[in-house]
Amino acid sequence: MIRLEGVTKRFADGTVAVDDLSVEAPEGKITVLVGPSGCGKTTSLRMINRMIEPTSGRILINGEDALAKKPAQLRRSIGYVIQHAGLFPHRTVLANVTTVPTLLKWDKAKARERGMEVLELVGLGGDFAKRYPGQLSGGQQQRVGVARALAGDPEVMLMDEPFSAVDPVVREGLQDEFLKLQESLGTTIVMVTHDIDEAIKLGDRIAVLREGGQLAQFSSPDDLLAHPADDFVASFVGRDRGYRALSFQHAEVPVHDEEVVRLGERLDSSGGSEGPWRLVVDEESRPQGWVHDSEVHGEVTAQDLQLGGTLAERDGSLRGLLDAALSSPSGRGVVTHEGRLVGTVDPTEVLQVIQAVERPRGDSIRTHDDDLDADQTGRPALRGEGSRAEPEPQAGAESASDESAG
Amino acid sequence: MTILDVPASEIVALTLDHVYLAGLPLVIGLLLAIPLGWMALRRAWLYAPVIASTGLLYTIPSLALFILLPGVLGTQILDPLNVVVAMTLYTIALLTRTVADGLSSVPEATRQAATAMGFSTVRRLFQVELPLAVPVIAAGLRVAAVSNVSIVSVAALVGVQQLGILFTDGFNRNAIGPIVVGVVGCLFLALLFDAIILGIARLLTPWQRAVAS
Amino acid sequence: MIGPVVEWLTDPANWEGDRGVISQTLAHLEYSFIALLLAALVAVPLGLYIGHTGRGRVVVVSAAGGFRAIPSLGVLFIAVLLLLPRLSGEAAFEVPSLIVLFILAIPPILSGVYSGVQQVDPSARDAAKGMGMTGRQVLFEVEMPCALPLIFSGMRSAMLQIIATATIAAIVGLGGLGRYLIDGQATQDYAEMASGALLVALLALAVDFVFGLVQRLVVSPGLATNG
Repeated sequence: MIRLEGVTKRFADGTVAVDDLSVEAPEGKITVLVGPSGCGKTTSLRMINRMIEPTSGRILINGEDALAKKPAQLRRSIGYVIQHAGLFPHRTVLANVTTVPTLLKWDKAKARERGMEVLELVGLGGDFAKRYPGQLSGGQQQRVGVARALAGDPEVMLMDEPFSAVDPVVREGLQDEFLKLQESLGTTIVMVTHDIDEAIKLGDRIAVLREGGQLAQFSSPDDLLAHPADDFVASFVGRDRGYRALSFQHAEVPVHDEEVVRLGERLDSSGGSEGPWRLVVDEESRPQGWVHDSEVHGEVTAQDLQLGGTLAERDGSLRGLLDAALSSPSGRGVVTHEGRLVGTVDPTEVLQVIQAVERPRGDSIRTHDDDLDADQTGRPALRGEGSRAEPEPQAGAESASDESAG
Repeated sequence: MTILDVPASEIVALTLDHVYLAGLPLVIGLLLAIPLGWMALRRAWLYAPVIASTGLLYTIPSLALFILLPGVLGTQILDPLNVVVAMTLYTIALLTRTVADGLSSVPEATRQAATAMGFSTVRRLFQVELPLAVPVIAAGLRVAAVSNVSIVSVAALVGVQQLGILFTDGFNRNAIGPIVVGVVGCLFLALLFDAIILGIARLLTPWQRAVAS
Repeated sequence: MIGPVVEWLTDPANWEGDRGVISQTLAHLEYSFIALLLAALVAVPLGLYIGHTGRGRVVVVSAAGGFRAIPSLGVLFIAVLLLLPRLSGEAAFEVPSLIVLFILAIPPILSGVYSGVQQVDPSARDAAKGMGMTGRQVLFEVEMPCALPLIFSGMRSAMLQIIATATIAAIVGLGGLGRYLIDGQATQDYAEMASGALLVALLALAVDFVFGLVQRLVVSPGLATNG
């Protein structure tokens, strides 16, 4: 656990970068510092491993005073990942990764073994160890950076905009993989980002800082979306707050059976009971698309299919269910489980459930989140607690990973 | 009037000789380095050999070159032409790489925009790429100029008239005065060339001044 | 012109003995390497210090530019005129020249070391410090290895300067291949002059080539930026 108590940083020219910041990053969780330029988030992060020395205040890492140790010694027990990875170009990937174990004077063979191990963990096993950073892509370099931070078995890790320098498609993949990694490792992580969406996706706790280095709000992501502390936080969090908050909510919505037709079958001319649109599935009940009975004569073929509309996972968030309903040509949202059709949902019923769901009530600014745990109703789908759900579609775009049939 | 025992008229004459011997090669060398550097960039397979061979030229010590060239050119050792040719070769050696670097510093987007607008290759070179490469090329030219002024003085050892003659004269007479005059003269010339090139570069790049202010 | 030169070069008498090609080449190399080593001993630590701490940057910038303008012949003559009266013996002719060689080699090495350290990726430096390397470890394990390409470039540049100036220094009595150029001039023996010139040129090329090989061996393959 990392605790900052009244930490302030005042520079020689008088600027106050961090103003009396008190925040506790809980053990084994990801705490994200987020805010606009000049809010002191990076300065705060760098004070934890004393790359910048605080002007006043205390910093405790797992109960020990960080300011009491020698900086170099302190840093060897803290993982450190920065924006452009900062790999050593003159050393191989493996040599880069084993830097901290070597500094800690581990046995050489043990260090090598550990190096190969963490490289496997980040998906860069095998040949990658012998390559040089100059031969890797940006995403690969970032992964080596993460591996390098993990090699020394740190209990605590600091990450400064770790995914900002790669392109958005690569970034999303890295974020997903990182969350999976964190599930198995349970490191206490403090991360800085300027991207509120990344903060909401990755953070267990989010500290929003305002310019001048003051804490504006410290809470869980869903609480942040539902109850921003003031205008600044509300505008920083951005539009579509209500819609995005739905990602964190799960509730029972009636799923109705859907009359289907298989590819290659004839559409019976009596029409479906639900109107002109019929859902088409394959032999394994996987949705393929919708057909309109005015456009099909005889057997249903692939060309007749209308694609478009997302699929909702059966136990997924209300956001997924609502999106499936809204984006479907027929107006009925397709719900699947493990790829196979479960049924459809009606958008009106989804909205009714949404209205009825109790939103978590919370206070505005917190430094200790003990009271938060009681009110949690939902977690972001990828957190692994509770059910599996499909990856969140970002900002309405249909990503390649979504199947579109709806 | 004399400065440290050296007649002013002699100083002036030698300085003019020096300007000619150091300056003319700069101009010719630049003119030859531009197509060389440009060609090296256009054909990827040319780049390494061109840069390598020009690099090789620069490795040859100046005195050696002053002595070998008469054999190759068929001139007398004393002939200032040897010096001009040698200094031109050195200038080309320095500037080819610089021109290549300067041209490749032009943003690809700019180059492509020019082509899309209908510039022919040659026109694009002279109207877009070279102007934008001026800062880099000017920096290299300044280095070449200062270097040339200093190297030319070595030609005194083969009897060519320029400021370096003051060195050999002084040494033969056991007098430090002329040597100091010569050194100061060289330094002054180097500074002068440097300032002139810088000035011309500034004139040729009005956009840089505008952006800076 | 080629005939007499070939004749001179193929005459074994010119190769043996104290004034023979082999002796002079060795002497030339000896002076050159001594000057280079001494200059490196001064310039490398200085460049590392200035590059790592950023203090005294002005020294490097002005040194690199200014020294290129200094005519080596003039400086050689001044050094000899000033020092020769105060020295005696055989070394009397060598010392002033060596001093000049040493001084003129410092700026290129200093410039190379400084810019080499300067251009090290700031993220790599930050990461090294953040992982727990001490200042010294950052300098020797990260900055210096990454600076090697430019350090080598500075060294090679200095060596060329030294070899060329050593050649000229024959005029003030220094041994080496320059002797053929200067002595040949005195006796109007063009064959000797040209042969000497050719040999010096070849020596310079050979030394630079060897430095290039060493560079390939020593510098990490990960730093080949054109690769």
